[in-house]
Amino acid sequence: METIWVHAEAADGKVASITLEMLAKARALADTVECFVAGDGEAVAATLGEHGASAVHATGELAGGLVGPALAGALADALAAGAAPSAILLGTTKDGRDVAGRLSVRLDAPVITNVVDLTVDGDSLVGTEPIFGGTVNVNTRFDTDKPGIFLVRPKSFVAEPTDGGVAAVHPLAVPDLGATGAARVVNVHVEETEGPKLDEAGVVVSGGRGLGDADKFQMVDQLAKALGGAAGATRAIVDAGWVPYSLQVGQTGKVVKPDVYIAAGISGATQHMVGMKGSKHIIAINKDAEAPIFGVADLGIVGDVHKVLPQLLEALAAR
Amino acid sequence: MKIAVCVKQIPDPADPGELDPETHALKRDMKLILDESDSYGVEMALQLAEAAGGGDVVLVSMAPHNETNGLRTALAMGAAEAILVSDDALAGTDALGTAKVLAKAIERVEADLVMTGTESSDGYTGTVPEQVAELLGLPSVTFAKSVEIADGVVKAQRQTEAGYDDIECPLPALVSVTAGVVEPRYPSFKGIMAAKGKPVAELSVADLGIDAGSVGWAGAGQAIVDVATAPEREAGEVVEDDGTGYERIVAYLEQLKVL
Ligand SMILES: Cc1cc2nc3c(=O)[nH]c(=O)nc-3n(C[C@H](O)[C@H](O)[C@H](O)COP(=O)(O)OP(=O)(O)OC[C@H]3O[C@@H](n4cnc5c(N)ncnc54)[C@H](O)[C@@H]3O)c2cc1C
Ligand SMILES: Cc1cc2nc3c(=O)[nH]c(=O)nc-3n(C[C@H](O)[C@H](O)[C@H](O)COP(=O)(O)OP(=O)(O)OC[C@H]3O[C@@H](n4cnc5c(N)ncnc54)[C@H](O)[C@@H]3O)c2cc1C
Repeated sequence: METIWVHAEAADGKVASITLEMLAKARALADTVECFVAGDGEAVAATLGEHGASAVHATGELAGGLVGPALAGALADALAAGAAPSAILLGTTKDGRDVAGRLSVRLDAPVITNVVDLTVDGDSLVGTEPIFGGTVNVNTRFDTDKPGIFLVRPKSFVAEPTDGGVAAVHPLAVPDLGATGAARVVNVHVEETEGPKLDEAGVVVSGGRGLGDADKFQMVDQLAKALGGAAGATRAIVDAGWVPYSLQVGQTGKVVKPDVYIAAGISGATQHMVGMKGSKHIIAINKDAEAPIFGVADLGIVGDVHKVLPQLLEALAAR
Repeated sequence: MKIAVCVKQIPDPADPGELDPETHALKRDMKLILDESDSYGVEMALQLAEAAGGGDVVLVSMAPHNETNGLRTALAMGAAEAILVSDDALAGTDALGTAKVLAKAIERVEADLVMTGTESSDGYTGTVPEQVAELLGLPSVTFAKSVEIADGVVKAQRQTEAGYDDIECPLPALVSVTAGVVEPRYPSFKGIMAAKGKPVAELSVADLGIDAGSVGWAGAGQAIVDVATAPEREAGEVVEDDGTGYERIVAYLEQLKVL
């Protein structure tokens, strides 16, 4: 495969791990790997180069414009002007999905979504998509001569630096977007969490509806802190307003792959499990012996979180 | 204010899905229900119309076999009418094809606002909303966790990887809402009775002026190579808590050198 383009995402000059994960895979599949980014190319050129990108096509700051329409418009123009990547990889993030959707219309080409693996088959790339909660894998290939657009799930590949030099920065012009560019970001809110980030922590402790009420999430927080990890949650308690969305683990939240995942009062719905099943070791506490979460747990405790968690916290505090 | 809400009708998620062994497409020959993910869009639209001092909420759905079961649920919640696109030519349609059909149907509504979920419960590509917006030439706010409209401008909080952004977007626009943005109402008995008489316009692909070759299996520019059972994770030890369950956890964490 000749060239793969990878969507680079960064916050405060730090490149997102999903970007580095995709670069590691793209490097193994293609001779040339290049990135495109909505924002300042210089700020990310060194990291992207170190991870194998030879070039980064950058729009520069969007000044309040949304990433989706701007980057899709810019990419479509670049392709029309002769750029010819065999495939375009984007992370399954909010912005990644926006760009992929708009680009697919601009190119009149489909998107293969929720991809967890990529393989080369002749001239085309095959994406592997898990369905039915990860029990079945579907392998899909593009049938068109247009570049394939893939949305890749975080934590599908392992990021690894290589000995690449700084990526060459090329300008990527954003065309006039007309009405489609009319939405504006007027304020940015970062929901700060202390300690390691949820999708990077070695230990994740998550709580679900079995905690009973919002106050009880404290126990999950304390346990995460005691183990030097991060706290997570199911969608049920995010929707209930107990914790912010940034803590959600699962299909519509974050994908985590820590060394140890502790699930407290979580049933183990397929949409939750796709976000944590890849953890190395799983411990579950649930009062229902039939809860599906026990089907993936290495150690399952059939018990009441209101008893087990306080005892566990006390034992850890005494050490 | 006129609001078009995209609602998908899906097999009951409580029934495990099954792929057609020949076509590898999801079997859809059972009765379909309103996707829970879209009940939030319906509720949000109803509340926005009320806040604007009135207006019509029009449902738009693409589904096989002229299915209206899920639409009736949303009509019972309070939507005024529905457009249903149903056509054998649509079997096998991918997300882009779905968006083309929905966009053509929405054009008929001449809506100020188009509302969708962020992703469906059964296909969950999560790409249809932006595809519809681009096809209609509309700006959009995706992943909205709160939405207000004032003076022809949408003010919404859009979820981001790090938190959320405040977005302002002039109408007409498309907004995709997350689950939990509002609490969907339960249809009242009166609502259920009224829904039976509300108009549902049933359209074919030809009615929409779409070339049948650009949708369905023929239009999907992708081919499924194969389908394989994924390796399963093995369950470990499950023990009943007799008051010492926490000790098992401590011992396991020690064994894993976390402690
Ligand atoms: C399109 C779509 C996307 C979704 N995305 C996500 C996602 O990203 N992440 C996600 O998590 N979910 C997601 N969901 C929701 C998912 O289907 C489940 O509803 C959710 O994960 C359930 O959360 P829960 O386990 O906290 O609650 P429940 O399913 O209600 O489970 C609570 C559990 O707690 C146990 N329990 C109760 N009391 C106690 C006690 N005292 N001690 C111990 N155990 C107790 C119960 O036995 C039960 O098993 C999605 C759903 C859809 C349709
Ligand atoms: C397991 C599985 C995997 C798939 N993978 C892919 C893939 O990789 N690429 C691809 O192009 N297609 C894929 N498909 C097909 C795709 O799911 C269908 O084309 C589907 O009709 C539209 O996409 P969605 O349900 O994923 O919509 P999403 O984009 O997830 O839905 C978001 C919102 O769009 C609106 N919407 C979506 N469909 C309809 C509808 N029929 N009527 C009214 N409103 C609607 C709803 O408001 C919904 O909340 C897959 C299907 C399955 C079952």
